[in-house]
Amino acid sequence: MGIGLTHYLILSGILFAIGLFAVITRRNAIMVLMGLELILNSANINFIAFSRFGGINLDGQVAAIFVIVLAVTEAAIALAIILNIYQNYKHIRIDEINKLKE
Amino acid sequence: MTQENLLMIPEISVVILLLPLLGFLFNIFFGKRIGRLSSTIATGIMGICLALASYIAFTKFVYYPDNGMIQLKFDWFTLGPGNAVSVGIGVDNMTAMMLVVVTLISFLVHLFSTEYMRDDKRYSRFFAYLGIFTFSMLGIVIANNFLFMYIFWELVGLSSYLLIGFWYEKDSAANASKKAFITNRVGDLGFFAGIMILFFTYRTFFFDDIFAKILGDSLHGIAPILPFNSGFWLTVAGILIFCGAIGKSAQFPLHIWLPDAMEGPTPVSALIHAATMVAAGVYLTARVFPMFTAHALLFVAYTGAITAFLAATIAITQNDFKKVLAYSTVSQLGYMVMGIGVGAFTNGFFHLVTHAWFKACLFLASGSVIHAMHHAMHHLNDHHTDPQDIRNMGGLRKTMPLTYLTFLFATIAISGVPFTSGFLSKDGILAGTLAFAQLTGNWLIPIAGFGAAGMTAFYMFRLTIEAFHGVPKTKIATQTKENKFVIVFPLVLLAVMSFWFFYSANPIDASKGWFASRMKAPATSVPTAYQFRFLVPEERLKQEEEAQEKLEKANVDENTEKLKKRIHEELEIAYATGQENRDSVEKYKQEFLKNKEEAKARARHPLMAKKSMKDGSGEKEEFLTVFEEKIEEAHLPAMFISVLIAGLGILLSFTVYQFKAMNSDNLANQFGLLYRLSYNKWYIDEIYDASVIWFTLNFSKVLGLFDLKVIDGIVNLTAWVARLAGQATGIFDNVVVDGLVNLIANVTGTLGSIMRKFQTGRVQTYIGLTIVVVILLVYFLA
Repeated sequence: MGIGLTHYLILSGILFAIGLFAVITRRNAIMVLMGLELILNSANINFIAFSRFGGINLDGQVAAIFVIVLAVTEAAIALAIILNIYQNYKHIRIDEINKLKE
Repeated sequence: MTQENLLMIPEISVVILLLPLLGFLFNIFFGKRIGRLSSTIATGIMGICLALASYIAFTKFVYYPDNGMIQLKFDWFTLGPGNAVSVGIGVDNMTAMMLVVVTLISFLVHLFSTEYMRDDKRYSRFFAYLGIFTFSMLGIVIANNFLFMYIFWELVGLSSYLLIGFWYEKDSAANASKKAFITNRVGDLGFFAGIMILFFTYRTFFFDDIFAKILGDSLHGIAPILPFNSGFWLTVAGILIFCGAIGKSAQFPLHIWLPDAMEGPTPVSALIHAATMVAAGVYLTARVFPMFTAHALLFVAYTGAITAFLAATIAITQNDFKKVLAYSTVSQLGYMVMGIGVGAFTNGFFHLVTHAWFKACLFLASGSVIHAMHHAMHHLNDHHTDPQDIRNMGGLRKTMPLTYLTFLFATIAISGVPFTSGFLSKDGILAGTLAFAQLTGNWLIPIAGFGAAGMTAFYMFRLTIEAFHGVPKTKIATQTKENKFVIVFPLVLLAVMSFWFFYSANPIDASKGWFASRMKAPATSVPTAYQFRFLVPEERLKQEEEAQEKLEKANVDENTEKLKKRIHEELEIAYATGQENRDSVEKYKQEFLKNKEEAKARARHPLMAKKSMKDGSGEKEEFLTVFEEKIEEAHLPAMFISVLIAGLGILLSFTVYQFKAMNSDNLANQFGLLYRLSYNKWYIDEIYDASVIWFTLNFSKVLGLFDLKVIDGIVNLTAWVARLAGQATGIFDNVVVDGLVNLIANVTGTLGSIMRKFQTGRVQTYIGLTIVVVILLVYFLA
């Protein structure tokens, strides 16, 4: 039995779960950002796996490239936001930033 | 009429009307500021009015004596489409005379008042009121329609109210003004109803139009128009309009206000309650004379006769100087009304004029006396004696000679002694009543007239003797002094006006004088069937007769032609068929004759059925000329009887009061019942108190009780029910509605506090929750 679609999907699921876990539990904003990257990459794996095994040509690969590009820009914007948060709060502990409540 | 040069008569009469109004407006607004000047202005205005009025009278009498009424008519306002209400003014001989009477007396009273009212604190107000009164009175005089007449009629009532109550601090004056106003309203109600009947029928207020429509024109086939198509309603309208005169001219049974009205200042009594306003009723009666039917005229005549007699009996025993004069006025007004009622129109109006002069003179003289008494009392520091009571006077002949002389002359005039104006007019009226009684059999009227004449002479001389002759009965009377020129001048002038030569060259018969020739009675407008035959002009009777004959003839001709034709046809048929049906022809012939008779009967228009009126005397010559002839015939007997009766009255008066041959107290005791009846004014006031006023008061009390118990009860009940319902809804509100609201609020609050716990503000919590929910959604929905 060779490596099939299922394996990829399981890997992607694990990666998504790890990313989600990081997003939800990490106190540091940078770490949350890193969790987000993992989630995006899990999606990339899905795209590519479906591209390879789902019979949908290269569209999946194109989508993956788009996601990578978007991840870059997202990282840039997110880091800028985190920088601003740091300038306002002098820290980036995300669980202490609960202004949304008000 | 418009093309003619009327020498500005209508225009000037408008100026005369408006000038006193101007004076009123000026005095009411600026009078207080200019003080004494206000009387000068008012008197000056009246002087101008007098001059203009004299001009109008002169022009009218000399250049246009036969022009009838010179009128101005214009539309005032419109009641719905095509219903314009027209009004206007008009001047005829009667108006011209009245203009002079009103302005001259008003002028003299103004003059008199400048001195008489000198110390009054509302000096300018008095002259303002005199102005509005004169304005209203002139309005009545120059109105040529019922609408204006009624407006000014009420204005006169108002100004009379203001002037009677001029010293309103006195309760009696305030009450008297109210009494006068309310009593007048009673009469005015009738007047108003009468006007409404006429307006409803004729759609116009103009006297001449209404009279013309009542008359119709038999020559041109215009039938008379009667209210509700019946002569009865014409009688009703006449009597209702006369009700206005009953109120204003103080005729029985509404005469009660006039004696009380003497509470007003004496010049007011002279102007309003002797010469002008009370004469307005007589003037009205004269104005609408053409529309009085036979029955209405009888009513008028009897009202006048009763008033003349009743008031004279009361005047005999009164002790108040002005009250005697007041009852005398009532009595004389009764005379005038009686005169017009019996058809002696000219003499009734003549008496109005002559009476205006001498009665104004008497009143102003009484004012002069009262003024002097006041001053004397002031001098002696006496404030309790009644200055108007003749029992406090006596001997004033010595202290006030001019007042005495004028008063005496006016007394002679009112008593009807030859060579005075009063004799001429009174004699004319009495002759009229005699002629009327001869023609209709109403002998009570002349009897009342002669009786009143005798009593008038008696009480007027009693008044003169008690006040002016003998020795002074109090110290005040000795202290009186003759008044100043402005008071005495009007007296002298008015007394001089009571000489006979102003009205007729003949001192015992005025019927040929200029006055009588210019104040001819207007021809009656009433259809012949409803009028005394002797009041219908001869030409009209002839015209009506001709018209009737024509109608009869036309009807008969028409029927004859018809029947002739049918007989002819019948004969033709008979010839054609060869059968001579003689019976049928005979039948038609019979019918022909019968129809002829019937046609004659039909031709008699119900309004032209004069034969029924002929029954009594059956004489053919019962025309207006006959009435005039009868008056002329009655003139000599009337003169003898009236002179005799007046002489007797005067003689009796002198016997009792001057020579004391009979004791007046003994006489009073001897005729106890009569004396008390007279002294208490026949208890008419008491009768009213016990009947009408008692009823009104108690009725209002019952109504008040009804209000208090039933209406208030219902109101309170509703309030109670409403309060109960309010309380019930209050409880419902508190428990149910508020409960619901609170419940919702509580639920929302609880939910909120639960939900609040999810709102941590931490992004990570939200993400976690979102994930959980998405997973749940996927699990349950997918």
